[in-house]
Amino acid sequence: MRLIKEKTSIDFLSRSRRRIALSISALAIVVSLVSIGTRGLELGIDFTGGVLLEISYPQAADLNKIRGLLADAGFDEVQVQEFGVSTDVLLRLPPQADAKPNEIREKLRNTLAADEPNVDLRRVVFVGPQVGEELTEKGGLAMIFTLLMIFGYVMFRFQWKFAAGAVAALAHDVIITLGFFSLFRFDFDLTVVAAVLAVIGYSLNDTVVTFDRIRENFVKLRGTSSEEAMNLSINQMLARTIITGVTTLLVLIALLLLGGEAVAPFSIALIVGIIVGTYSSIYTASAIALNLKVTAQDLLPPEIDPDLIDDLP
Amino acid sequence: MLVLGIFLLGILLALPNFFGSGPAVQMVSADGRAFTDSKIDEIVTALASVDVQPEAVYLVDGRAVVRFHNVEDQMLAAEKLRRQFDQSASIALTLAPKLPDWVRAMGLSPMSLGLDLRGGVYFLLEVDMDSAIKSRLTLYEQSFTTLLRDASIRSRVDLDGSDIIVRVRGAENLEAAREVIAAADPDLLILDGADGQSLRVRMTPSQIRERQDFAIEQNITTLRNRVNQLGVAEPLVQRQGVDRIVVQLPGVQDPNRLDDILTATATLEFRMVDTAGTFPGSRFYAGRNGETGQMLRREIIVSGDQIIDAESGFSEGSPAVFITLDSAGGTSMLKNTRENLNKPMSTVFIEVRRETTEVNGQKHTTTIRTEEIINTATIRGIFKDRFVVTGLRPVEARDLALLLRAGALAAPVFKVEERTIGPSLGQDNIDRGFKAVSIGFLAVVAFMAFYYRGFGLIANVALFSNLLFIVALLSLLQASLTLPGIAGIVLTVGMAVDANVLIFERIREELAAGNKPQAAIHEGYDKALSSIMDANVTTLIAAIVLFAFGTGPIKGFAITLSLGIITSMFTAIIGTRTIVNLIFGGRQLKSLPV
Repeated sequence: MRLIKEKTSIDFLSRSRRRIALSISALAIVVSLVSIGTRGLELGIDFTGGVLLEISYPQAADLNKIRGLLADAGFDEVQVQEFGVSTDVLLRLPPQADAKPNEIREKLRNTLAADEPNVDLRRVVFVGPQVGEELTEKGGLAMIFTLLMIFGYVMFRFQWKFAAGAVAALAHDVIITLGFFSLFRFDFDLTVVAAVLAVIGYSLNDTVVTFDRIRENFVKLRGTSSEEAMNLSINQMLARTIITGVTTLLVLIALLLLGGEAVAPFSIALIVGIIVGTYSSIYTASAIALNLKVTAQDLLPPEIDPDLIDDLP
Repeated sequence: MLVLGIFLLGILLALPNFFGSGPAVQMVSADGRAFTDSKIDEIVTALASVDVQPEAVYLVDGRAVVRFHNVEDQMLAAEKLRRQFDQSASIALTLAPKLPDWVRAMGLSPMSLGLDLRGGVYFLLEVDMDSAIKSRLTLYEQSFTTLLRDASIRSRVDLDGSDIIVRVRGAENLEAAREVIAAADPDLLILDGADGQSLRVRMTPSQIRERQDFAIEQNITTLRNRVNQLGVAEPLVQRQGVDRIVVQLPGVQDPNRLDDILTATATLEFRMVDTAGTFPGSRFYAGRNGETGQMLRREIIVSGDQIIDAESGFSEGSPAVFITLDSAGGTSMLKNTRENLNKPMSTVFIEVRRETTEVNGQKHTTTIRTEEIINTATIRGIFKDRFVVTGLRPVEARDLALLLRAGALAAPVFKVEERTIGPSLGQDNIDRGFKAVSIGFLAVVAFMAFYYRGFGLIANVALFSNLLFIVALLSLLQASLTLPGIAGIVLTVGMAVDANVLIFERIREELAAGNKPQAAIHEGYDKALSSIMDANVTTLIAAIVLFAFGTGPIKGFAITLSLGIITSMFTAIIGTRTIVNLIFGGRQLKSLPV
């Protein structure tokens, strides 16, 4: 069976299409950056610090009543929300000035148990403010570091114009995924950082496979223009790009639907990232390399200095 | 053949995961020595006396594990064992895998589950490095005072921030003092004071680092002892970064008492009362629980780290701690009681805690050290290394005895993160993860079979083996499987077919280009290889960065992702090639089911 025609010849990279693709990307990036800049991210407790409780009631929980109970007990700043199913509730408290998690935990437990003795404290998390700050810093560093390592690898395997195209495409994927989380106010927790790094790996995977074919075609089809050779390569890899995307999305949708609330942000980040990443490896990465005037010469093995060979053992 | 061998090895390693687990009790010897087979007989006899027939009893790394048919037996047995082996072993409830003896005999074990899958408590503790340094400086200060006095150099030794100031009169005394200090510790930096009458002594950066490492290592040892005293199965106490310690206690549900015990810095010091107020450096200590405060002398006779054993109990009807000192502490106590007969001595109870306050949006963390007298008694006789301390509430006496027994922390620790995961949530996470993996797997399998027909089936065999290998490697490495780890497996299932997709698409292309089937297979595998390598190396880069950056659960994701990438390369390239050769090798083919 084939989803994609045996031989597609879609013109992905003509000057006008390239312009459209890059405009769409630029627009999405601007929207994302503006949203991140103004609305920020719905940072989870891993980053902000504070206290989080996941509690489970034997019957559907009455959120307003819980809010009332907690407000009476002196917890004014507590955030109460449903967690996945109607019986589960998530409580979040901002970092406390005189952080005594034990007391807070006991007080919350007692307050809630007084009303409903069968309440089950499924998870209690306390994160000190300093831990959160470090994590934010480390997460950012990890992303930048990954991009640099990848730039190095692609430069080593291909050439700097491709590396620039690949890294620009990855930055594009990361920014749009983060923008999506900011725009739709999804919880941004530590697993999302992991997901974004996985998106970087995945999207690059796509890009590099296409670059690989471009290199092959540059050598095989001497005389054709860069644009033509690259377009042909993208078309040749289209089936693979889409099928791998489909299988990966299949499992991620299974994870989103069945994996429970705890892995939902992770699944969403990957789903968004993989859709954006697939788009970017078709359009953005090659378009940028092409705009940087990549040519067949860039990829041919460099002339080797004969003196150098004499020195080798 | 090799491929088949590896496949069978994978099955064998993954095997322990299919037996499930049952309620069990774990016993660890209190003195850290390994149990022998004779202990097993003792346990079986003890359990027979309460009519409990264990399902299995065996030793693992010197620990005794007793598995039961049901939870009732487990509870009964735990109570009996606690009564019988109270002094010699710590007993913890746990879950043990139901492995047949021959599997266990091969040293195989199932994957270890992370806290988010089995429930338990996770603490991240920060070691207060400033106080570690400060306590070292105080020791220097005291020893310089004594050394200079012994060398008959009149001096005044004070602490000034991270420097020790030694003031003397006259240039020749300055040189003599310099020599005494340099002889005591040649590594110290000795600088001239601004006034020409003093020396400024400072620890070198490497000494500070050494001291910090020592403080962390010492704290880890102490925390391990404390955890063992509490009886927790398979605890983990591990250094993280420069000044943090991770403590993971699977299966523990009530973090409150644990928390008190782990972070407690409670310790004792013994000082003489300065009755006449004539000793330099004496200061006032408040009383605890209604004790009267006293002026106490500066010299510490014995400090908490010289206590080697402590038992709680009752002395003349009030809660007491029975203390045993090490030889240095014993000597010091002997000398002191001999010199100070019929004079009062105080026991000081020291506790450190940290409070964070917010002033104008700025967070300030202050360390509060309380030093209170719990007891003052007149020395009625000469004693050495064994004596009794009273003046505490029963709970305090019990906890203090445990803390003194486990050893003091070299520097206070503070909790910066705590996670408690209930057992119901852990089980839910396992169930959900399992469901997501199986449904995701089935979806991909169906898609591949539908899309690539015969070759799709081959890819599916590879995908299944890939899953098997991940489980096998996780069991072998004993890396803990977490919920993000399961998510990593799910992601791998989706991505692992990529290599096969690359190969199959290439074979289709080669066929379309007019190649014969055999040649197409050959070319397909050959030409796809470089793409597959590039694609996987880049994903591996991301996974490795993630591993380096991540902590706890995220590390679990990085591990399964990396393992998945590596095993998928093997199964997709070598595994499927073997099957393809077996089926299509050496035959004249007209077409390929691809």
